[in-house]
Amino acid sequence: MKKVAVVGVGETNFSGPQEKTEVELFAEAAMEAITESNLKPKDIKALFVGNVLGDFAEGQGMVQAFAAENIGCLYVPANRYEGACASASMAIRDAFIWVASGYYDIVLAGGVERAATMGTGLATRTFAMFSDARYEYPSGITFPAVFAMLTHLYADTYKIPLQKLREQMARVSIQSYRHGSVNPRAQFYGKNADMSVEKVLGSFMVSSPLTLHDCCPFSDGAAAVVLASEEVARKLTKKPVYLTGTGQSSTGPLGNQSDYLPRIRAREISSQRAYEMAGVKPQDIDLCELHDCFSIASLIAAESLGFFDYGTAGEAWEKGEADIGGKVAVNPSGGLKSKGHPIGATGAGQVYEVVRQLRGEVEPERQVPDAKIGMTDTLGGDGGTLVNMIFERGW
Amino acid sequence: MEHKLIFKDYNEALKQNKLLGLKCQSCGTITVPPKMVCRQCASPDMEVIELKGSGKIKTFTTVFVASEGREDEVPYTIVMVELDDGPWIMGNLEGIDPATATMELIGKKVRMGHKVFPGDKYSAGEGARPLFSLVGG
Repeated sequence: MKKVAVVGVGETNFSGPQEKTEVELFAEAAMEAITESNLKPKDIKALFVGNVLGDFAEGQGMVQAFAAENIGCLYVPANRYEGACASASMAIRDAFIWVASGYYDIVLAGGVERAATMGTGLATRTFAMFSDARYEYPSGITFPAVFAMLTHLYADTYKIPLQKLREQMARVSIQSYRHGSVNPRAQFYGKNADMSVEKVLGSFMVSSPLTLHDCCPFSDGAAAVVLASEEVARKLTKKPVYLTGTGQSSTGPLGNQSDYLPRIRAREISSQRAYEMAGVKPQDIDLCELHDCFSIASLIAAESLGFFDYGTAGEAWEKGEADIGGKVAVNPSGGLKSKGHPIGATGAGQVYEVVRQLRGEVEPERQVPDAKIGMTDTLGGDGGTLVNMIFERGW
Repeated sequence: MEHKLIFKDYNEALKQNKLLGLKCQSCGTITVPPKMVCRQCASPDMEVIELKGSGKIKTFTTVFVASEGREDEVPYTIVMVELDDGPWIMGNLEGIDPATATMELIGKKVRMGHKVFPGDKYSAGEGARPLFSLVGG
């Protein structure tokens, strides 16, 4: 198996409704990544795109073929990946496998979404399609409702008074808002830096006990990365970032995960595979962009990834152990909560952040000092798809 | 290989307040909602049985922001119930004020009825779900 490096990354702003089409958004991110890689579109051997709801958002299917043609990657294989919110991470992981195998030497992978353009009603309906349509949707399940139920289960399982847990969860949102407020590509850039526990708890209830400020926004945006074999990477850049470990896992409806909940077993398996492949441990990770679709999701993720003991992640956030300067810097980009969550692009956005952090290129206020090893964690559905990736400096 | 129990037949039974599940002939585990193989040991050797539908609430939420087409239903309470037979299933809870649902619901015993979601343009038809109520409540 060949070593595989990220040689270039690109991203649009993550934001509310944008006027650009999904093809246009993806093309802008892709050309940024290709240009940064010192490559031309004709050098790309295959193109893998995460896109979840383009059919609903703008009546566009098969966006990957139109995007490839749009940027002059002519007649290459172009694949679309749909694993709900983990779609772009699936695309990047598969690109990794193709390059590692030696079949292709340069692959572009990323994702695009216009979830904000759909509006809250249609977005809520379509996001619920990633729960079980026959056995869960008739009950009126929504995505906030899944994580709201996990919140009550978490409080009961670990015997944490709900009010205390909600205050700890508010700390998660506050940290994410602070980082996102100084990330120029974040949906909440320049906003919410003064968020307080009282404001989080007092905002309107979406699905009890989750308020607006416990939930990530609907977002539009795109992100892309170029992966290349080690041999090619060394010719293209002095700062290759190697993808040293990946894992992916899947599972069924929420109720069928009952042996483990509120733990997400698919994440434990996925991350263990990534750690084993990279030969590193949770304590080696300097920063992690993890899937904080809801504040409680950060606590559950950080525990399953092995950063903190089960039931203690809330305390870790209170003590700053999950912040820059703590045990592991979680979501220095602002995460899904503040950077935004254009679901088909989110995983690529996480990789974009990790790569730029390892290169030392982000704004000083949110740069993790001397970051050498970074990780991504992307969750699709209510645990139905999990992807983890580990990245290391190649210089 | 054909399923022993498919959604259509599960749904028709639920509309008669009968909860059907599958009992594994290899390990005895009960699987519901139905699928091809046992949720515990992955054996396809299962038989259809009728479950009691009684259990206790493991977790809950009250939804205030609805999906398109279901705005008139909010607020409503969703529960995950651990059936006396073992599996967890999702349903709604009636007989309480959804806006005041609290942690005290967890552990409460419930019995099962049903309610039909009539379907929307995406759902390929209707689907019943368990409608639980508190025992003695």
